Amino acid sequence: MRLRGLMVGAVTAALVLPLAACGGSDSGNSGSNPPVATSAAFEDGTTMKKLADAGTVKVGTKFDQPLFGLKGLDGKPVGFDVEIAKIIAAKLGISADKIEWTETPSKVREEVIEQGKVDFVVATYTINDARKQRVSFAGPYYEAGQDLMVKKDNSAITGPDSLKAANAKVCSVTGSTPSENIKKYIDPANLVLFDVYSKCADALRTGQVDVVTTDNVILLGLVDASKGEFKLVGKPFTKEPYGIGIKKADTKFCEFIHETLEEAAGNGGYEKAWKDTAGTVAPNTPKLPTLATCA
Amino acid sequence: MGVIFDNFSLYVDGFLTTLKFCAFALVGSLIIGTVIAAFRVSPVPPLRWFGTSWVNVFRNCPLTVVLFFCAFGLPELGINGEYFWFGVLGLVLYTSAFVCEAVRSGINAVPAGQAEAARAVGLTFQQSLSIVIMPQAFRTVVPPLGSVIIAMIKNSAIAGAFGVPGDLFDVGEVLTSAQGLAAVPVLTGVALGYLAITIPVGLLLGLLERKVAIAR
Repeated sequence: MRLRGLMVGAVTAALVLPLAACGGSDSGNSGSNPPVATSAAFEDGTTMKKLADAGTVKVGTKFDQPLFGLKGLDGKPVGFDVEIAKIIAAKLGISADKIEWTETPSKVREEVIEQGKVDFVVATYTINDARKQRVSFAGPYYEAGQDLMVKKDNSAITGPDSLKAANAKVCSVTGSTPSENIKKYIDPANLVLFDVYSKCADALRTGQVDVVTTDNVILLGLVDASKGEFKLVGKPFTKEPYGIGIKKADTKFCEFIHETLEEAAGNGGYEKAWKDTAGTVAPNTPKLPTLATCA
Repeated sequence: MGVIFDNFSLYVDGFLTTLKFCAFALVGSLIIGTVIAAFRVSPVPPLRWFGTSWVNVFRNCPLTVVLFFCAFGLPELGINGEYFWFGVLGLVLYTSAFVCEAVRSGINAVPAGQAEAARAVGLTFQQSLSIVIMPQAFRTVVPPLGSVIIAMIKNSAIAGAFGVPGDLFDVGEVLTSAQGLAAVPVLTGVALGYLAITIPVGLLLGLLERKVAIAR
């Protein structure tokens, strides 16, 4: 009987999630299309010139990350990453419907940039030195970090330092970086590990654990799916700067993206991109992080 | 092989956790399995029905399903506890069905004259079962019971996926995913860990078998 309940739940979720995504995409199409630059003039030989002339741009994003890049039934991805990509395209004079979306899961991101299969990648892409060997990054446009997810009515847990005092049981995924990070803050006996985060969410719901921890971006997706049962503590304690991946050493394109991001932060486009997507779950709009120098 | 020595303390922790887990599961399933076997041969029909249903349910469900119900089903009913004990419970329920059938085969192997003689001298059913039948039955079931016990030890690897922290198989997961080590040497170490439990258990059972054998 429980199993049937679970099955019904799973089927319902499978049906409802893409619908919810559709809803997002509709509002996204109507409201969040950034104004397309009409008189875009660029220097000859730059990536911007090439793209503006072509009138189309190939963008890599995730198709399976709720609130950042999730493909709905209409075939169009929606999310914060997608909105950021639209802002950049608009500045090139390319409207949202002229963007060719390519799914870029974590493993293939460097490869598709190097091979020129996409012009840039916005895909919850953490900037780090190993990746900088193969590609360049513009940004960061967002700073993610490991956070805690608790039940809505939990006020005892305010951050990682409060875990010990609360003697909280913490759930994460076996062998993941967040599960290693959290060991500094808790008694190892209070760490519960599963193979997937959905099991952690279930354990949190039934009271087997008090906290689920991993990157806030993943947690936001779980909060979104919980229909108001869970909330984020909202004090990230690691730094994962997300960048826009471009061809290595394309400094001009990088500088162009920086200008675009700063302009969007100034005219409210950045805030709107957040509010329409991840902001539906995490209302506090982040500030555009300090941009790194293009090199 | 370097991988195993570099992470030896992790392996030892995992080994001890698995050993502890299996020790509890072994005691639990032997006791419950024997009781259920007694139910299945008892003269009271409801007890027989209960025993038969028990075996039919737990022997015919995949272990992952039984563990799933223990780890996620019980909290759903408001029963919260340590995942370690949920894991032990799941493995005990599952293994007890096999122990029951092994023990029952041993009971059936005791010549009927033994039971009749026991009842003839005035022993009750409980007395004849516990004093006369079971001691003889256990001697004949050492080999099949051994197979059940060894299968149980190997099955304990599944419990790691249901929140039992840091068992031997889990160590393999941690080393391959968090530290990014090559899977084959890591899992070779895991395999050696399990062999270090199962082979001595097998030898011990062989010894026990020779010790308790009755010459008929």
